[in-house]
Amino acid sequence: MKAEALENKTVMQNLSNQSMAKGITGILTKRKRFGKVLSQIYTGLIYLFLYLPIGVIVVFSFNTSKTNIVFEGFTTQWYGKLLQNEPLLEAYGNTLLVGAASTLIATIIGTLASYGMSKYKFKGKGIIDALLYIPVVIPEIILGISLLAIFNIANVPMGIFSLIIAHATFSIPFVVFTVNARFAGFDRSIEEAAMDLGAGRLKTFLTVTLPVILPGVISGAFLAFTLSVDDIIISFFTTGPGSNTFPLKVMELTKTGVTPDVYALTTIVLIVTIVVVVVSQRDRTKKA
Amino acid sequence: MKNSHKTRSKTIPLLVTVSPVVIWLILLVAAPLLYVFFLSFLSTDGYNVVFRFSFDNYINLLNPTYMEIYANSFIIAFFTTVICVLLGYPFAYIMARAKGKKRTMMMIMLMVPFWTNSLIRLNGWKTILGKTGVINSILVDSGLLNQPLEILYTRGAVLLGMVYTLIPYMILPLFASIDKLDHSLLEASNDLGANRKKTFLKITLPLTFAGIFSGTIMIFIPSLGYFFVSDIMGGGKSQLIGNLIENQFKAANNWPFGASLSMLLIFLILLIVTVYKKSGGNMEDLGVM
Repeated sequence: MKAEALENKTVMQNLSNQSMAKGITGILTKRKRFGKVLSQIYTGLIYLFLYLPIGVIVVFSFNTSKTNIVFEGFTTQWYGKLLQNEPLLEAYGNTLLVGAASTLIATIIGTLASYGMSKYKFKGKGIIDALLYIPVVIPEIILGISLLAIFNIANVPMGIFSLIIAHATFSIPFVVFTVNARFAGFDRSIEEAAMDLGAGRLKTFLTVTLPVILPGVISGAFLAFTLSVDDIIISFFTTGPGSNTFPLKVMELTKTGVTPDVYALTTIVLIVTIVVVVVSQRDRTKKA
Repeated sequence: MKNSHKTRSKTIPLLVTVSPVVIWLILLVAAPLLYVFFLSFLSTDGYNVVFRFSFDNYINLLNPTYMEIYANSFIIAFFTTVICVLLGYPFAYIMARAKGKKRTMMMIMLMVPFWTNSLIRLNGWKTILGKTGVINSILVDSGLLNQPLEILYTRGAVLLGMVYTLIPYMILPLFASIDKLDHSLLEASNDLGANRKKTFLKITLPLTFAGIFSGTIMIFIPSLGYFFVSDIMGGGKSQLIGNLIENQFKAANNWPFGASLSMLLIFLILLIVTVYKKSGGNMEDLGVM
């Protein structure tokens, strides 16, 4: 019985293969169109998944109810109340401050490191490389607790300062890697030429090297800032009493319930980032 | 003496450029990790770290009460990775095949959500999935259900939160590896009579395996430590290794045990990274996004 069924199956398959071969050209175009529709539906669903909670946040920032559970009615009062919520605004200020300061440190140290490491061969370079990969590969929680432990034993005051140091630590490798990618296609002989023509090291760096690697430096800085502003886990371990960042404030509020003014702030930040992206993208296409 | 003009001293510029990063990495990466290693052999008197050397913390790791947490953590990390590959691969493929403006748009639209803090977005999910949340209200109000479903505060919710938070880290390396794919190979395979399925399994998949692997590393490892996802979406019911470590350094105040848990995690990661490198993985793929 079984063997018979199997045989039948192969016969059927052969038949269907033959018929497929016959009508293949017609099917192919149909298949292509079908595939296109399918891929559009698929990407649509993925974007729906990604944007659903954001949509909810934007909608609930206009909700009259204080609890973010049921939408009761439309109001813009939370955008006004936001201005009176000093702890929240202070936390956001801290986030921007830590982000800016750690990005500055990481960008300078990372760019210098990438410059030296891609230009010179020296002993111990492999060790530096390995050390650079550690913050990228280990889970944030381990970097967080190890910084907490070392700050504790070194009596580093916990607060904005320790946050800046911690954020710079996880950002430096990303700056190095991004700038390295620029140096990979960089012809070092033009530096030599500048110096042969009498330019000093600093002048050569500023007028010859920097303009070439600048896009890498900028995207490295951008990445560092994004990582810093978004960081939760490392901040959680390396902050001190009284210096909340925005994510930490949200974490604190999550236990009791996030208020709609937080959603209002998020909506404003979202709109600002979208505007920045659209404008910078338009500039790029204009230049191209 | 090919480069005679290179007699310019390289010591000073080398020192100026490389020593800041060296000092920084020694003080803030190497020293802290070595200290945690050292800490893992010490004990606590319930309040402070006591300098008494022992292997107790490592023996304590084998305590059966923690096995459940390791298992849960591993299950969540494994399924997060698998789901991210399955959902992310077709998306990355479509994005890599798109051209010009559409491609840029797809990439930007992928990144925009991630400029909103993940904690906030997880709170958005809470509003959607809660007992009186969006999904349950629709189901109950329409009469499809009498009682709201328990979606939030389950292992499934934690999994959803993890996939949601981490999926771009899978899509980006996948996109990079599919984008590099030489299309003439696919055409050749097609010309030689292979059907789409065969071409995918024999050509596309093996050639983009590097992307899957680096995406796996970028998802599997962090998901072991993302305690806040389990806090928000699991309501503390679905504990991960990350929650256990966090607890030792905060509420339980047992730093030495927390340190030994961290060493366990580091050991696991070294294992994964070694396999990655042995199988030809490039470390730089993990750093540049």
